[in-house]
Amino acid sequence: MDFFTSPETTAEKLGLMVFAMLLFVVVMGGLLFAVDKPKRVPRWVVALCFVGPAVLLVVGGLVYPGILTIISSFKNKTGAEWVGLDNYVTAFTTDQFQIVLRNTALWVVLVPIVSTFIGLVYAVLVDRTRFEKLAKALVFLPMAISMVGASIIWKFVYEYRPDQPGIQQTGLLNQLLVWLGLEPQQFLINQPTNTLFLIAVMVWIQTGFAMTILSAAIKAIPDDIVEAARLDGLHGVGMFRYITVPSIRPALVVVVTTIAMGTLKVFDIVRTMTGGQFGTSVVANEFYTQSFRLANEGLGAALAVILFILVIPIVVYNVRQLRLSEEVR
Amino acid sequence: MTAVPPTLPTSLDADASHDIQRVGRLSRAERRAIAVKGKLSSPWASAIAIIIAILWTVPSIGLLVTSFRPAIDIRSSGWWTVWTDPQFTLDNYDDVLFGSADLASFFVNSIVITLPAVVIPISIALLASYAFAWIDFKGRNLLFVAVFALQIVPIQITLIPLLSAYVDAEINGTFWTVWLSHSIFALPLAIFLLHNFMKEIPASLIEAARMDGAGHVKIFFQVLLPLLVPAIASFAIFQFLWVWNDLLVGLTFANQDSRPLTVAVADLAGTRGNAWHLLTAGAFVSMIVPLIVFLALQRYFVRGLLAGSVKG
Repeated sequence: MDFFTSPETTAEKLGLMVFAMLLFVVVMGGLLFAVDKPKRVPRWVVALCFVGPAVLLVVGGLVYPGILTIISSFKNKTGAEWVGLDNYVTAFTTDQFQIVLRNTALWVVLVPIVSTFIGLVYAVLVDRTRFEKLAKALVFLPMAISMVGASIIWKFVYEYRPDQPGIQQTGLLNQLLVWLGLEPQQFLINQPTNTLFLIAVMVWIQTGFAMTILSAAIKAIPDDIVEAARLDGLHGVGMFRYITVPSIRPALVVVVTTIAMGTLKVFDIVRTMTGGQFGTSVVANEFYTQSFRLANEGLGAALAVILFILVIPIVVYNVRQLRLSEEVR
Repeated sequence: MTAVPPTLPTSLDADASHDIQRVGRLSRAERRAIAVKGKLSSPWASAIAIIIAILWTVPSIGLLVTSFRPAIDIRSSGWWTVWTDPQFTLDNYDDVLFGSADLASFFVNSIVITLPAVVIPISIALLASYAFAWIDFKGRNLLFVAVFALQIVPIQITLIPLLSAYVDAEINGTFWTVWLSHSIFALPLAIFLLHNFMKEIPASLIEAARMDGAGHVKIFFQVLLPLLVPAIASFAIFQFLWVWNDLLVGLTFANQDSRPLTVAVADLAGTRGNAWHLLTAGAFVSMIVPLIVFLALQRYFVRGLLAGSVKG
């Protein structure tokens, strides 16, 4: 069984990888062949074979663990005693967590708005220009890399060296400050602005997503609307304000809410850049710290439940806006 | 992999024929391009676009350039000085891949984790979405909406119970738990996307095949699968990038021997935060595969993005 649980050499690992892929493909294919002829097999058996594995996995891997987590959020550190709402009270009232909640609010408000705004402006500016394809790829590339990678890229930009003679700054942003004749800053340590410098990284990642979706929406605006507006004398900013933005409103709502939901759950950036120190932690990071580092199961569970609850209004808003825009049509 | 049915606009290649001036009738894009001419001739507009483009590329260039500089230079001067005093080396990569950081073996782990974590959910979701789209059974719509709605569950809420279940089953820390977890988290979106694409296939095709006495195997492999290749490719790229770039799942479920690159690089950033010669090279090692996949298969990715978010 060693090979199946702990392959050691590269060849063993790759072998296990191929085995696992084949196993699942063969099992799923086998199910398909087993119920092949529609006449002989009752329909509910067919449905069970096809939908069953997926439903089993999401119920066993998402629904049931979710319920367990909600239950343990009402228990203490070790999960042995009931403590009522104590964990939630801690999460909402202690000073440490007030900062965490404030930061999370900043992230969820600023990242979607700023990245959607920049993405929209950029999409409009490069729309149908000679360099459109290249220009878009440049902004889109950060979407492809990991947030850990992006964090390292920006941590290097923010790098600080003490301001002494003979020492050169190696971080680009501090070098810019020096060139402008200013003092170099410890961007990731100085509170409370350090949270903004972390947020900038997420904006940098998400702008490409906003740009892509919005660019497709802009291209879908009917020609006659644009033409009519132009005949009415609309140009540049006016066109942007009165034609482009209202026409792509549904796409804007989707982009803002999607980014907001993604931002809520992000902890990679905070963890990699500051480890949640210097007053930069967010709920998702604090969840990890409490659950896995400090072994405070109850509080960790409560933070996970808070994350879940915070997602719900965003989803509801998204669905309602989509309904509204469908009614208008 | 070659045929791309024009179901959704792919914004990144929609303007390929953009500045070809044809005589006679112009395409819609071309007419719009001519009408819109003059927008970028405003110097302010150009300046803003260029500033954004610079802000989005220069930090990455800095990382890339630094990763090839000698460690001693990295500590003493900024990467922009490289233009006056070019010194390049591959030592950093050698060091980070095969030295104490040993990223080479975590690179293998990332591959071993990612490929099954793409193939497994797709094989499960294909069957499920086939049933949701083309087999009538009681409670079908309710079940589909329920699976779809599970997309909003943050994975954080499932981690601790899943982890203790893995510990109880004594498979904790193996690749199996990582594959299983990634598959579970991917299923709601995979089923939703593949179902949507399957629904776009005309019902008459399926009906005709059924009339001819085709079973599920034949319908699935001969009618649906060929048409679904672009959709599967879209989701596969999506999932590939997601799993390769994931930190949380790897951190929670993998152990010292099975952890992926992201966890190893994040660890490096935590323990050797000032060893920039290792960090820059390590970060680039972790980025190279997703960058290649992304650049090569960009349009499938964009399509998945549009299908997943605009409809959702």
